[in-house]
Amino acid sequence: MKPSTLRAWSWVHTWSSLVSTVFLLMLCVTGLPLVFSHELDHLLLDEAWAPADPDGPRLSLDQVLETALARHPGDVPAFMSFDEDRPVVNVTSRAPDAPAGSFNFQPIDQTSGEAAPSVAGHPVMEFVLQLHTDMFLGLGGMLFLGLMGLFLVAAVVSGVVLYAPFMRRLPFGTVRVEKAVRTRWLDYHNLLGIVTVAWVLVVGLTGVVNTLATPILAYWKDTALRELVATRQAPAAVGEWASLDAAVERAKVALPGKTLQFVAFPGTDYTTDHHYAVVFHGDTPLTKHLTTPALIDIRTGELAAVAPVPWYVKALSLSQPLHFGDYGGMGLKIVWALLDLMTIVILGSGLYLWVARRRQGR
Amino acid sequence: MRTRRLGLGAVFAVPVVLFVLVLIGLIGALLADGAWDGIGAALVALAVATTVWARLRGPGRPRH
Repeated sequence: MKPSTLRAWSWVHTWSSLVSTVFLLMLCVTGLPLVFSHELDHLLLDEAWAPADPDGPRLSLDQVLETALARHPGDVPAFMSFDEDRPVVNVTSRAPDAPAGSFNFQPIDQTSGEAAPSVAGHPVMEFVLQLHTDMFLGLGGMLFLGLMGLFLVAAVVSGVVLYAPFMRRLPFGTVRVEKAVRTRWLDYHNLLGIVTVAWVLVVGLTGVVNTLATPILAYWKDTALRELVATRQAPAAVGEWASLDAAVERAKVALPGKTLQFVAFPGTDYTTDHHYAVVFHGDTPLTKHLTTPALIDIRTGELAAVAPVPWYVKALSLSQPLHFGDYGGMGLKIVWALLDLMTIVILGSGLYLWVARRRQGR
Repeated sequence: MRTRRLGLGAVFAVPVVLFVLVLIGLIGALLADGAWDGIGAALVALAVATTVWARLRGPGRPRH
């Protein structure tokens, strides 16, 4: 490699890292507990609970929705989801004038209509998640962290290029422990950096894709779902909506063999202003991460469309497990945490090496 | 020994094999369940194991 080429790559590596290191450190530190968020939520929110009438009749979804909205008068429903291991329906709603991202979340016992304890979303975990997602800055914060992710990719690629000239005279894995502290940390930086390339690239790139969730879903609505709303007038008021239970049943007929995951109400990212989106996922290891929405006309209850899910929405869906590391059991989570810790060492040693070189240069 | 220049192939041999195995692990665990959860985790864990192995194997370890 020519000295000028080497200097150029070195410049890319130094500056892409320096610009992003503080944010990447924050992402690694907050990401560590988030790998175990399911377990931590379970631990923090542990509370003995049983449904009021386990064998009794279940409330209809319309009744659950009505119950939830009665407890937050004036709220508009946003989402409804279903616990897998207890008869609980979760209703997410928001006040029309609430700031973006501010929701009321109510788990409701489907056998009684009483409030059920939360099993997810402990305030501490929610705080960590929000910091990790957008630093409490909304879409702008999310996109900014996505940009930091791109800097990370640049740092990894330039780091791989620089690995060769540094390692030309050293067998793989060498750490010159007998040399100066700086040399030792350079060797550790190179070793940890090169063994984590695949994982860091996958987690980094899928993280970038996740930061684009809002624009990706907006684009999907503006293109694939556009025809469905072309001739529509004003959205229907909540009181004018067709039966939710009938809508879900209609959707199940349209998508047999799939599992109901959640319902999105008008005004959210997942549907138009005129449809319930009844969202299903598949049952194979791969398709359980891929959702298919059936759109039900909110006034008539008729099936409007089984919405096509284009490749970029599928990419978004698959980016979530690949980023979170929650798709391969506890073993994979532990490996995720170890690699996260190794990444923290890479970031810290990189910063140290930059400071040490500057001191030496003076 | 240490002054011999290594070719690109020698420099990147272990990293490339590791890169491929970790990717297979990451994607394998996503595409299949059951045994693949364990296999996937083990393949991704090779990134950690390689570091430990490289340190124990010992180029650069203080001589006794």
